[in-house]
Amino acid sequence: MESKVLDPNKDSVVLDDALTVSWAPHIRSNGSVRRIMLDVIIAMVPAMIGSIYFFGLSALTLILASVASAVFFEAATQKLFKKDVLIGDLSAVVTGILLAFNLPANAPWWVAVFGAGFAIVIVKECFGGIGSNFMNPALAARAALVASWPEIMSSYVNPDGIASATPLAILKSGGGVSSLPSLNRMFMGDIGGSLGEVSAILLLIGGIYLLVRGVIEWRIPTFYILTTVVMLLILGVDSSLIIYHILGGGLILGAFFMATDYASSPTTPKGKIIFAIGAGLLTAIIRVKGGMPEGVSYSILLMNIATPIIEKFTKPKVFGEGK
Amino acid sequence: MRRNNLTFKGGVRLNGNRELSRDKSIEVVQDPKFVYIPLHQHVGAPCKALVKVGDNVKVGQKIGDSEASLTAPVHASVSGVVKGIEKRYTPDGYNVECVVIESDGLNETHESVKPRKDVENLSGEEIVNIIREAGIVGMGGAAFPTHSKMTTSKDGNIDTIILNGAECEPFLTCDFRVMLERSEQVISGLELLMKYFGLNSGYIGIEDDKLEAIEKLESVSKSTGKEINVVALKSKFPQGDSYRIVNSVTGRIVPKGGRCKDVNTMVSNVGTAVAITEAVYEGKPLYERIITVSGNGIKEPKNLLVKIGTTIEDIIAYCGGFNGKPGKIIAGGPMTGHTQFTLDTPITKGTTGIIVFTEAETKPEKVYPCIKCGKCIEVCPVNLQPNLISGFSLKGKFENTEKLNAEACIGCGACTYICPSKRPLTESIAHAKREINANRKSS
Repeated sequence: MESKVLDPNKDSVVLDDALTVSWAPHIRSNGSVRRIMLDVIIAMVPAMIGSIYFFGLSALTLILASVASAVFFEAATQKLFKKDVLIGDLSAVVTGILLAFNLPANAPWWVAVFGAGFAIVIVKECFGGIGSNFMNPALAARAALVASWPEIMSSYVNPDGIASATPLAILKSGGGVSSLPSLNRMFMGDIGGSLGEVSAILLLIGGIYLLVRGVIEWRIPTFYILTTVVMLLILGVDSSLIIYHILGGGLILGAFFMATDYASSPTTPKGKIIFAIGAGLLTAIIRVKGGMPEGVSYSILLMNIATPIIEKFTKPKVFGEGK
Repeated sequence: MRRNNLTFKGGVRLNGNRELSRDKSIEVVQDPKFVYIPLHQHVGAPCKALVKVGDNVKVGQKIGDSEASLTAPVHASVSGVVKGIEKRYTPDGYNVECVVIESDGLNETHESVKPRKDVENLSGEEIVNIIREAGIVGMGGAAFPTHSKMTTSKDGNIDTIILNGAECEPFLTCDFRVMLERSEQVISGLELLMKYFGLNSGYIGIEDDKLEAIEKLESVSKSTGKEINVVALKSKFPQGDSYRIVNSVTGRIVPKGGRCKDVNTMVSNVGTAVAITEAVYEGKPLYERIITVSGNGIKEPKNLLVKIGTTIEDIIAYCGGFNGKPGKIIAGGPMTGHTQFTLDTPITKGTTGIIVFTEAETKPEKVYPCIKCGKCIEVCPVNLQPNLISGFSLKGKFENTEKLNAEACIGCGACTYICPSKRPLTESIAHAKREINANRKSS
């Protein structure tokens, strides 16, 4: 071993100010809440552009009204509650876009404003703000809108502007493959439905982006969609219609963007699976046995409420504790 | 064939930041004018001084020892005169008695330090005695007395020995350099441990970002004729935690509240193996060690062989001083190391490195509400729910943290590192652990 002897030169060691003392660890990842929310927004950009392409200016109006009012209500409530204004984290923008995605394209703009207010003020801020909402704010707002203005919330238009039934509504009334849009149109999004749910391909691009970025993990979307399919088959839905069930409603939007909401879904790995299976079972049951053609939003909301108890019973086993 | 990519569940991938000191050969530092040798730098009972002010001491002379079974004697690291016995803080933050020695610059070795020729004929008991007298402790940072680990492990049925060369903490490269430059001593330390436990095989686990070390040790171990398996571990923190490395290498799971010996395994750091070799073959006690000095706040990052008791101030001076304004000085790695508040602190047998962060790198980040993303749960190597434990701890509800197994936390820091909300997870769990212990003692 080559050895070099060094001479001490203490002149270079001067401590002018006190050193910072803290508990370990002393390094942090460069992840942030803002970065996560930005990723979710980026993931929704394809579907947003798609919705404007399919539904035109009305889609853009609804998205803008929804996002602007969500951000406004968040800032106003936080001011009123004398808390730090945290609109910079972009979470209100995410809620605003998701809410718009859940509206029919021909809904008036004030529906978006009311919905954003309900989502942000009641569901999010009144329960403690970011991370403390017990339900997905956008979905809860959608439920409130459906209850308040059922006609507006259930009259869907096709991209060509002509009022029409959604694929799921056709399925509900007993229509077969012949009365449904072609699979190609189903996949691209040229069908009736709410703003952001129509294009499976654009939503999947965003979903994959979120998986790759590590913002969401695979358990919830995978188990949710698989369980829905299995349960639909068990309930006697013809296997040729399953693909329409996957592409036709809000399942893909729900599985990748709504059920994966951090605050209202379990944090434990096992809990995520149970949550997703529960949402899948409920979605299939509502679609086949319930009074409504679509069941994604209510099934997620119901599982949101079950989240605390799921977490309680899926506490991970500590390393080395039994098998 | 080499086994690759061995790993455990959980953990985080870190930017190693090792390029600062990775290719710097170990440099021998000249004796400082004064050394401050703590009488308590290990797990167990503190030593009592065996010297008094005015005594002349030589390098390797025992200057502190204890009657207790769990302890490790300390030795003079320079030759010179004992100038005092005074209290100082160690890098871990303990205020302990230190023997102050003024160096005479001669570096004269004590007569007790002499090479041994009859190593082949040593019994297991003799080997343990030599290791105890040499004051050897775990040099990966834990500073647990090695002789005690060996004897208590012997009660069990040890069938696997793993040398820990994972070095998963960012910035640190001392074990890497030891494995490259002292390969023979690493291997012969492992052979001595194998001999003690009557085994014919052993493992060396190294993270796969240190390929040169893996290849070097593989080629050196070939000549021994024994079955020494150098295995490549996934570069993932905290791979070097002893229970994690046992899990990665053997698949065994140390039971909750148990020790490595409960799964018939003993783990020892590669630096400790070198110390064992030096003690047994050369009769040399543990009075110097190899450390990494690194970070953007240091002018010339280096790997150094320094005498125990050298102050941080001297070490920083040897490395060209600070680069810009220092913000944090960390003894050990940045994930689990301790911040320093003074430069008068002496380095101990368990100090793996000195990392200096600049003031700009030290700025605390704004703490944000928990968004329940669950990343802390994903990365926790012991499957805890750091978000919940931390939440209860910050509210003072320590009985709830106990129900969530706060005590099983190994303090690796992975949860705090990954948290997008920059929450003090590890910190508040450590606080909960102290409170739980205090409550137990008082009841």
